[in-house]
Amino acid sequence: MRHVISVTVENKPGVLAHISSLFAARGYSIDSLAVGETEDPATSRMTIVTHGDDQIIEQITKQLRKLISTLKVQDLGETEFIERDLVIVKVNAATGKRGEIIEIAQIFRGNIIDVGQKDLVVELSGQENKIQAFIDLLRPYGIKELARTGSIAMARGAK
Amino acid sequence: MKHVISVTVENKPGVLAHISSLFAARGYGIDSLAVGETEDPATSRMTIVTHGDDQIIEQITKQLRKLISTLKVQDLGETEYIERDLVLVKVNVASGKRGEILEIAQIFRGNIVDVGLKDLVVELSGHESKILAFIELLKPYGIKELVRTGSIAMARGAK
Amino acid sequence: MRKIGADIFVDALVKEGVEYIFGIPGAVIIPLFDKLLDSPVKLVLTRHEQGAGHAADGYARASGKVGVCIATSGPGATNLVTAIATANFDSVPIVAITGQVRTPLIGNDAFQEADMTGITRTITKHNFLVKDVCDLPRVLKEAFHIARTGRPGPVLVDLPMDVSLGQCDLDYPDTVNLPGYKPNYKGNDRQIKLAAEAINASKRPVLYVGGGVIISESATEVFELATKASIPVTTTLLGLGAFPETHPLALKMLGMHGTAYANYAVTESDLVIAVGARFDDRVTGRLDAFAPEAKVIHIDIDPTSISKNIRVDIPVVGDAKGSLQALLPLVRQATHPEWLEKIDNWKKQHPLVYKPCGLKPQYVVEQIYEATKGEAVITTEVGQNQMWAAQWFKYSRPRQFISSGGLGTMGFGLPAAIGAQFARPDAVVFDIAGDGSIQMNIQELATAVKYKLPVNIAILNNGFLGMVRQWQELFYRKRYSGTILGDANPDFVKVAEAYGADGIRVTTRDEVRPAIERAIASPRPVILDFAVESEENVFPMVPAGEAINKMMGGMA
Repeated sequence: MRHVISVTVENKPGVLAHISSLFAARGYSIDSLAVGETEDPATSRMTIVTHGDDQIIEQITKQLRKLISTLKVQDLGETEFIERDLVIVKVNAATGKRGEIIEIAQIFRGNIIDVGQKDLVVELSGQENKIQAFIDLLRPYGIKELARTGSIAMARGAK
Repeated sequence: MKHVISVTVENKPGVLAHISSLFAARGYGIDSLAVGETEDPATSRMTIVTHGDDQIIEQITKQLRKLISTLKVQDLGETEYIERDLVLVKVNVASGKRGEILEIAQIFRGNIVDVGLKDLVVELSGHESKILAFIELLKPYGIKELVRTGSIAMARGAK
Repeated sequence: MRKIGADIFVDALVKEGVEYIFGIPGAVIIPLFDKLLDSPVKLVLTRHEQGAGHAADGYARASGKVGVCIATSGPGATNLVTAIATANFDSVPIVAITGQVRTPLIGNDAFQEADMTGITRTITKHNFLVKDVCDLPRVLKEAFHIARTGRPGPVLVDLPMDVSLGQCDLDYPDTVNLPGYKPNYKGNDRQIKLAAEAINASKRPVLYVGGGVIISESATEVFELATKASIPVTTTLLGLGAFPETHPLALKMLGMHGTAYANYAVTESDLVIAVGARFDDRVTGRLDAFAPEAKVIHIDIDPTSISKNIRVDIPVVGDAKGSLQALLPLVRQATHPEWLEKIDNWKKQHPLVYKPCGLKPQYVVEQIYEATKGEAVITTEVGQNQMWAAQWFKYSRPRQFISSGGLGTMGFGLPAAIGAQFARPDAVVFDIAGDGSIQMNIQELATAVKYKLPVNIAILNNGFLGMVRQWQELFYRKRYSGTILGDANPDFVKVAEAYGADGIRVTTRDEVRPAIERAIASPRPVILDFAVESEENVFPMVPAGEAINKMMGGMA
């Protein structure tokens, strides 16, 4: 089962290495990982998408909490949460096909961000299933290059 | 000096740990890191934003290339490239201020993705400078929570 | 009968031409040890896994082949860590096989479990955890390939017990497919041409030669280049033996404890030709004062070594042998009479010296040189013993000097001597040791006795942790904190005899040579306990952070 775990950590060298070593050592999967700044420059926020049964997810969150550099761990699977992923896709655009690709981008509300002689680069943000559907629709045209951030997530709800 | 380095790696357990250990061991800073799928399921793509003078960046890219699991390393600073970052910002909304925040979101072409009694969550994707400007404008209202993916990047150019 | 993982393992060793495997068994690795009994690969049982790792290392350095060591999971594997780090620092090809708990238990804090791939991630060239027995043939093939090619290094293969008992019929592959690993062997032609031009134009050239020349077997090419263009040659610690030190162009070692004439030559040169060396801080001293007037050519197989510490003017990324072979025809014959005369004067004015009264450690090393006619294979421990061994023996062949350079591991010398003796059964092998270092792996005497290896251990016994004591004398007003060993050292002769080896005590200068000759003649391992001058210092010395031409002491 897919889980999104949000970890707030001290922004110190080695913390990323420590967390990724932890996952590797214990055989937990990392489907995607995004690490970036937060509102506090002394901390970073890692969003890790992993999968496993409940027991494994429980172990993962406990092990993460145990690290000294970890400040907060949220298993977002248990709450309502906002999730976004960002992808940029460089897709083949032979002259006849360019129009079709632009249409797909419009439907998904993505943006064309680069135009080449034989290809197009489209940017799209959204939830994982939207991104996945977008990629699947573009695949028949031939995907030259693809970069994804991996999901970031935030708990919903009035506070 | 900021550098964006794109690393294509074998999608094997431990590779992320290895790369982040490399950075930590040699004292190179990681400002942000995004790792996700590519068009080839056997590989992942990591986008690392780091900083340092030319000599340090040269060492970093050489050390990354040396790793057996690394397939390709691109120091994107040397080419024209597309860069995108995605941010979710949860900002305080005292009554009366909601309109102003919506305006800012519109100007930047961001999306409101959650509405609470006392806060709003806005999503924005774009180049790092756009994201920073957006965050700066929202700061006076009080940022409750902020999560960023970190940049992903792709070389521009007709191919 | 179907093959199991342990069969695949032994098959791989045989296919890779492995003669010896150094190690100690344990619960999870018994399946491999069982199959070894019926194989042509000879097990060398050591008494500590660190000894096994260093022995594999010494074997590799002495032979040029991949050294193999094996340990069980948990503490057995973690005992290999220092040895692996030692090999990593000096680019030595070894494959370390560690047992691991059964795959379902990994990550669960099982008995004798250790995350070896995590622990050794930054000290191995690469490592593998094998989770599927059908991956094992490919993994082992890749491990040996990675260890011995490009810039060699240690590779660890972590092998869970159920994988070694699992069944798979795959054969050992003939080829490797590593898309992320393509070392560059051929130096760029344009760069080589630029290098030749620089050499032809130089007036005060110096060859700075490191361990890479020995690894790439290019001592012949270095000799040709040096003699063709009259270029004096200095070597790093790991490069000793790459150029015959009895040759008039030889400057011996440079750097912190190098000769004055090597350090002066580099400082006043107009062209430094670096081959297979990495501008380590022990060599360069203060970086901004290193070879200030020289252009730098750097031939190295590892791009990360180039322009890491100092800016290189003409980098040549490639194998040293091939690059030098391409370079030689483009280099003109030359003589540099003024430059060589200047260097000769330095040699006459500032030779290596010591006061020859009493029993001096330098004298012991000189006598080992004389008694073996300069042909012995020398391993060392670390500290003053290592530096005197580097200074007072004249090395003439590659793979003759075996020492832990980059990591500087005390306790390396005795097990490395064991490995070296296996690699060179007909050679006379001497471990030059200190009383501190020798006790760190003294248990390996048992290994030498068990396999009847006539290694000779020359302990320069001064009762101190010598190099640290020297620093405390020179910079800390002789405040000997934690460096006094003599009040509790064992009687090393008795220790030798307790293990079944020979022990010879030497207390006067006159006894030195006869004792060495007796040791060489003995078919058993021998400890020679030399009671040397206790507060002798290694000179010259470049103080830390100083330019290498600002040496202290040891000037005639």
